[in-house]
Amino acid sequence: MSSARTRSLCRERAISILSPLVLLGLWEICARTGIVDVRFFPAPSNIIGHLFELASSGALWRHVGASLYRLAAGFIVGCVPAIVIGLAIGLYRPVRAAFDPLISATYPIPKSSLLPLILLIFGLGESSKIAMVAIGVFYPVVINTAAGVRQIAPIFLDVGRNFGASRFNMFRTVALPGALPLIMTGIKLGAGMGLVLIAIAEMVGAKQGLGYMIWNAWELFDVQTMYVGLFVIAIIGFVMNTGFDALERAIVPWRKG
Amino acid sequence: MAAQMSTAEIGDGRPVPAPKISLRGVTKRHDTQLALDRITLDIPVSTFFVVVGPSGCGKTTLLRMLAGLDAPSEGQIDIANPQSGHPQNSMVFQGDSLFPWMTVWDNAAYGLKMRNVPRARIDDVVGHYLNKTGMYGARTLYPHQLSGGMRQRVSIARAFANDPDILLMDEPFSALDEQNKTLLHEELLRIWEETRKTVVFITHSVDEAVTLGDRIMVMTAGPGRIKTIVPVDLPRPRNVVELRHTPAYGELVYDIWAQLREEVDRARSREPGSKS
Repeated sequence: MSSARTRSLCRERAISILSPLVLLGLWEICARTGIVDVRFFPAPSNIIGHLFELASSGALWRHVGASLYRLAAGFIVGCVPAIVIGLAIGLYRPVRAAFDPLISATYPIPKSSLLPLILLIFGLGESSKIAMVAIGVFYPVVINTAAGVRQIAPIFLDVGRNFGASRFNMFRTVALPGALPLIMTGIKLGAGMGLVLIAIAEMVGAKQGLGYMIWNAWELFDVQTMYVGLFVIAIIGFVMNTGFDALERAIVPWRKG
Repeated sequence: MAAQMSTAEIGDGRPVPAPKISLRGVTKRHDTQLALDRITLDIPVSTFFVVVGPSGCGKTTLLRMLAGLDAPSEGQIDIANPQSGHPQNSMVFQGDSLFPWMTVWDNAAYGLKMRNVPRARIDDVVGHYLNKTGMYGARTLYPHQLSGGMRQRVSIARAFANDPDILLMDEPFSALDEQNKTLLHEELLRIWEETRKTVVFITHSVDEAVTLGDRIMVMTAGPGRIKTIVPVDLPRPRNVVELRHTPAYGELVYDIWAQLREEVDRARSREPGSKS
């Protein structure tokens, strides 16, 4: 890599770290000088202080733990069948004929609008939250997995057949790795969707979780706590994305560049 | 079978003891378009059989049917049963056919793994052929880290390592430059001399056909028919570069090109723009 490119990369990185910091600085100044109403926009320093209070009292961890558990469980419940069904749709035309219309018909329904139905079916307990996340994860993963299999060059299927791959080995050695780059794209989209849905689901009929924390803070007009909740969700989203990027680099080492 | 063999009068007239591959009236249609028209042909065991023809003459279709990847519309393909423990055929595909998600080693070992060959045997065989093709040092790399020539060498190692009864090669070197091609011809012949497997090799290059083949089948422009089968009586083992100096080589290339020329011209005259 040329040094000019390295330098421009460094500069880009510096800008992307600085821009949020500058914004936070402006916000802090505006809050302290009274330009913005601190009842609605408390100073970032106050929010951070409040975050540490909530963290040391243990309340924050309880909410974060509850949300992460639901997120992880829903992710697995949604992701695993989505990959299996997506591979089958991509490989076998009859499966595709069976599932494609179902998926295209239900995909455009806003997932949040399913919450009342999910509450009706699964009740107010954990399972309704897990189901909401699972639904959010399922769609992007199944659609991307099927697309991932379909974009595998036909020659690779010929190679598999010519070298005597069994049906299971076609899945394992051709369809799955061939679709993996797009499966990862689906997983990242799905995880983001899961995070959106868990926050919404927890606002209704939950006694803990970040969504509950935010909603509860609204009801008590505890604006600082509300911001802490938003901030922590943003952090979780960021960590999740970074983690999946690293995972992708580890399991898709053949990706160019 | 014996009766069928006596009818095999196509070719150079030499007696055909035990055909490894036998085609009788093999015809292939894509929808209504006739791609291959009544191909009747015997390929004896241990023959390096080369098929040349203008593009679109159904060469690849023929090979895919031999590989069992396509079925003939009419006619019959008989392939002698492989020796036990050997797969019937392995194909070296045209273009990039290495799995991008596997290392050179795993690509070369693919067929053996699919057949559940014991690990120690895989290590032996794959090591041997990666050495032969000069790719052992690159065994941990992924295909995108290799040049086109290196990828094609791995593809050849994969087919040979699978130890099939018949090797099917579909224009394996067509995308390579002249120097790489010459080196790979040498490598291929060296490996082939060791095993003398039956090979069906498809190419559009007359030079390549004469350099490698025992017999060369020239095909007509689509629909593909057998125009002629020319025996190549050049001695083996062949030195790829020396061979080109010999008069016999030049004559063969000239003869086959003359035959092919008519077909290429016919194929051209049918291209859009020249005549409807």
